[in-house]
Amino acid sequence: MRMSTDDNWERSMTLMHTFLGAAATLALTSGAALADPAIIYDLGGKFDKSFNEAAFNGAEKWKAETGGSYKELEMQSEAQREQALRRLAETGANPVVMTGFAFGDVLNKVAPDFPDTKFAIIDMVVDQPNVKSVVFTEEQGSYLVGMMAAMASKTGTVGFIGGMDIPLIRKFACGYAEGVKAANPDATIVANMTGTTPAAWNDPVKGAELAKAQKSQGADVIYAAAGGTGIGVLQAAADEGILSIGVDSNQNYLHPGQVLTSMVKRVDNSVYEAFSEGPDMTTGINVMDLKAGGVDYALDDNNKALVTPEMQAAVDEAKAKIEAGEITVHDYMSDETCPALTF
Amino acid sequence: MDYATLLQILDSTLRLATPLLLACLAGLFSERSGIFDIGLEGKMLMAAMCTGAAAYLSGSVWVGVLAGIAGSMVLAAIHGLASITFRGNQLISGVALNFIASGITVLAAQSLFRQGGRTPPLSGDARFNPIELPFAESAHAIPIIGPFYAEVLSGHTILVYIGLLCVPLTWWALFRTRFGLRLRAVGENPASVDTAGVSVIRLRFAAVAITGILCGLAGAYMAAGLQAGFGKEMTAGRGYIALAALIFAKWRPWYALMATLLFGFFQALALRPDVITRLFHFSIPVPALDAMPYILTVVVLAGFVGRAIPPRAGGEPYVKER
Repeated sequence: MRMSTDDNWERSMTLMHTFLGAAATLALTSGAALADPAIIYDLGGKFDKSFNEAAFNGAEKWKAETGGSYKELEMQSEAQREQALRRLAETGANPVVMTGFAFGDVLNKVAPDFPDTKFAIIDMVVDQPNVKSVVFTEEQGSYLVGMMAAMASKTGTVGFIGGMDIPLIRKFACGYAEGVKAANPDATIVANMTGTTPAAWNDPVKGAELAKAQKSQGADVIYAAAGGTGIGVLQAAADEGILSIGVDSNQNYLHPGQVLTSMVKRVDNSVYEAFSEGPDMTTGINVMDLKAGGVDYALDDNNKALVTPEMQAAVDEAKAKIEAGEITVHDYMSDETCPALTF
Repeated sequence: MDYATLLQILDSTLRLATPLLLACLAGLFSERSGIFDIGLEGKMLMAAMCTGAAAYLSGSVWVGVLAGIAGSMVLAAIHGLASITFRGNQLISGVALNFIASGITVLAAQSLFRQGGRTPPLSGDARFNPIELPFAESAHAIPIIGPFYAEVLSGHTILVYIGLLCVPLTWWALFRTRFGLRLRAVGENPASVDTAGVSVIRLRFAAVAITGILCGLAGAYMAAGLQAGFGKEMTAGRGYIALAALIFAKWRPWYALMATLLFGFFQALALRPDVITRLFHFSIPVPALDAMPYILTVVVLAGFVGRAIPPRAGGEPYVKER
């Protein structure tokens, strides 16, 4: 009796070993097979017609060209960040790309736990060996559209509407203000932030009211760096018959003939690049500046009539000077001050 | 601060106060009948989505408004069913409806238009256009009142005027009609209304339906009046501010107008930090202004400005005696 129990026990143990071994092998193979890249979109949503959508376009471009597949996740609330990141890393996705500065702290915590996974974060520097930090020189792009704003303005007053009041958005504002001052030293800049919570990225109604308030202060060109809120700014500007400037993606098409230009940030290229490099992605800081094509102003059929030859000549000249290092645009995030604008 | 700036701020106040006012009156009907409604936000969101979608598809803003009201009514009906018929917890039902609205609006808009949970931009007749009140142009000649009439009162979309009209209508309906008397009674002492042979259930459903209509208008105004289409979470907490305004207004229609105008004024003022700086020679942080509605409501709740007494039977499902 006793003999047989032992026997059974032994047999079941062996069986269990086999199972465990099999499960482990399975996990390993599935890990290798599922080395798809993954992307996490920040609050504001995949289709914000702006920042996140640019990232999405990059991922889609990679998919169309390679025929591969990728995983994606849209953040719904602040509390999901860490869990979402861990979940994706655990499924074996490599590299994991995330859009937005807000992932900074979380990634700093999560990255060491997954040393074999490569992470890429856009808009933030995270100092970990397996992280690629992609930062853009938004101040340079904003400088260019600021020059255009000042030249297109008839009143000499231009506006800026930011989303959530964070250093990154102030960086946009500061570069813009410097560009405005460069083209017209007497110009007035009216700057507002939509709010101090992430809801500020999704409040088009408030964006529209801010645009109207700025118009009443004389602004006739308004630059919106506010995610989904920017849609409201562009709409109100079009309704009120003044010009607006889009951000991140090319938003000229939203109101043809009424959007002066867009400060494009080639988030799509960065995502595409990260996906293409795959698990062998180079890590470290990757600065996407004007020279590298990371930022630019947008010119297409929708705004061709608005951009005069003088405007284009002036902006292209400034662009060349920035690329050559003859003009340095102040980076707000380097010292948290702005010479051209007080907040 | 010059007069023109003041007029601009008041103009903005009226625009920002309208969705609050409509939602606040909506909550007033519901809560006066004894049904607490946390779900104003969700109903507005639903209405905004339905309005945006239907107005785009039909090309007519009025079809959009009807769809918005219908969408809001569906949520109101669910709330009624849960809290009146099945005597569930009214707060939980309201919170649940807010979550449902938050998700389902984006889902529906995404599956309809594939633009990431947004409805396509509206233009022309698919959205509300501003109405110039008669003599607005010539009124400029009259000092002070003239510009006020032309700049602040004139030039809004029709829902603003409907919203303002709803205030005397609500007052009249609640305090001058038999229906209003019964509605208020059902929120204070449903048993007595029942004893008088009037159906508590029917009255409360009627109140919840009116809430649905008014929230529908509020959402429609946001999607087709203030904006040209629905965007994810575009109500941005206005349903909750309306609830705060309702408490601040002590559940009275005229006070509701005052409260929402005041809250709207704070929101409009927050858009012009430069004015405050010029006026007071120091800057008040914008978030402080944004928080004002909530601070004021807490002050009122704490009993500093008279007592805010909610309808006595509020929140309690009515159980007929056996």
